[in-house]
Amino acid sequence: MSRGTLIDLAYLVAATTFIIALKFLGSPKRARLGNLIAAGGMALAVLATFFHQNANGKGLLHIPLMLVGMAIGVVVAVPAARFMQITAMPQLVAIFNGVGGGAAALVSITEFMHIKSGHPATYVILEVLLGVLIGTVSFSGSAIAYAKLQELMTGRPITYPGQQVINAIFGLAALGLIVAILVTASTVLLWVLLADAFILGIIFVLPIGGADVPVLISLLNSFTGLAVAASGFTLGSNLLIVAGTLVGASGILLTRMMSKAMGRSLPNILFSAFGSVVTATGGAAGSDRPVRSGTPEDIGVMMAYSSKVIIIPGYGLAVAQGQSALRELAEELEARGVEVEYAIHPVAGRMPGHMNVLLAEANVPYEKLKEMDEINSDIATADIALVVGANDTVNPAAKNDPGSPIYGMPIINADQAENVVFLKRSMRPGFAGIENELLYDPKTILLFGDAKDSLTKLVAVVKGM
Amino acid sequence: MSNQLLQYLTVFILSAFVGVEIISKVPSILHTPLMSGSNAIHGVILVGAMLVLGSANTNLEEVLGFIAVILATLNVVGGFVVTDRMLELFKSKSPSKKKKVEEDAS
Repeated sequence: MSRGTLIDLAYLVAATTFIIALKFLGSPKRARLGNLIAAGGMALAVLATFFHQNANGKGLLHIPLMLVGMAIGVVVAVPAARFMQITAMPQLVAIFNGVGGGAAALVSITEFMHIKSGHPATYVILEVLLGVLIGTVSFSGSAIAYAKLQELMTGRPITYPGQQVINAIFGLAALGLIVAILVTASTVLLWVLLADAFILGIIFVLPIGGADVPVLISLLNSFTGLAVAASGFTLGSNLLIVAGTLVGASGILLTRMMSKAMGRSLPNILFSAFGSVVTATGGAAGSDRPVRSGTPEDIGVMMAYSSKVIIIPGYGLAVAQGQSALRELAEELEARGVEVEYAIHPVAGRMPGHMNVLLAEANVPYEKLKEMDEINSDIATADIALVVGANDTVNPAAKNDPGSPIYGMPIINADQAENVVFLKRSMRPGFAGIENELLYDPKTILLFGDAKDSLTKLVAVVKGM
Repeated sequence: MSNQLLQYLTVFILSAFVGVEIISKVPSILHTPLMSGSNAIHGVILVGAMLVLGSANTNLEEVLGFIAVILATLNVVGGFVVTDRMLELFKSKSPSKKKKVEEDAS
């Protein structure tokens, strides 16, 4: 077998591991193994690439420089990925996704410079253009998503007068540039397209905020996959086409599942500047309305003497790092014979499944975590719905108030439980910035304070009984 | 349209269907690790970055290829490590849980 065939064989093995990995990632038991398999396949592909020869039998140039680049990447990425707080996971995914998109754009543009003298066919130029456009949008868009989640800038949607017009101008400019480059094959114009795509990525993401950012990251992840596939076409690499397309296709599906979980269509999420219409509900509901608040003793006793408690955790729990205290409370209650379950909203936390990761870290048994549809059917049998650091995901306005921006989003029906206990830091509205009527419901008791402190106090009360 | 392009398009179309097919059965609790894992997989652009840097003739191509290698390495290494860290959390279960899973399986 020739060297080229062996390398292609290695690529085929790598592509196969990626498919197996994605399949394994869908099962809790095999997910970690799947990830390791993909990493192994990736290592094989990278190793094989070092032996690449071009048509004239020449090996790769600049190998020392290549190794330096990889070393820099490893030295930056490993500590960032290892030591970042688990609550910061979505940001990390966003930024690692963004750099991938940037890499795809650079690969496309560099390959274009390289093959330009050979007068490439129009379809080859089109592949380059798609790689540059999609990769760059993903890069700058992910950077803004990162900034929003990391709270380097406001998480709310950003709107300004003439936004639609400006978006349209940059969008049309991109189209015009694509046509012009197809005709002229100009490298300069390609750089202009890159700049335009960079701005497009930013203005595309700015008006998306609040709870929609996770959906956005999923979409950008899919974009990067497509950009990689486009680079694969340009470079003539089946491996890149397979891997990029797998991610692109699965990413779009995942994005659709996520937006469905929020009861909204994808175009609606992308183009409606969500939080800016809060006035419809927020207006009348001042935060000076009376609410019922309780002491840890009241609530602890109430819970200890109930028969079924459903815990509804939200991002506030993770921010307060209260997962372990929550598990301890659940264990104390269970020791007293109280039935405890966790109701997990699909978008609890900042990404789908994020809350499961956070609770798994605190050793909450996997089978206690119930998905929304599963728990909603028997939430009415619960004596207490304990809402910890969640807000929008239990807001009945999503069912009752057609004027609310979250109207139609599926929620956990905490309001159907006999009593509702909210652990809240303040009366501030949730991530989406919407007032929650459930807080003012007569059957609701609030316990103000840091979620972790409140939980620790509750544990002490239940323990002491 | 060349045969080569047709071959790539075939791979593209089939991969798209495979991508949709394998994802449709994933429970929502694994969505975050899945997104993170697929994020790592598109880090395969590192292979592309190596190829363009390895065939760079001009200084500009060299610089761009070098940056692409760094970015792609960040993507692939960061992606796999984050995913592994996430999934590690799913593994640490109490013994009782393990027993239960086995019972369920049998």
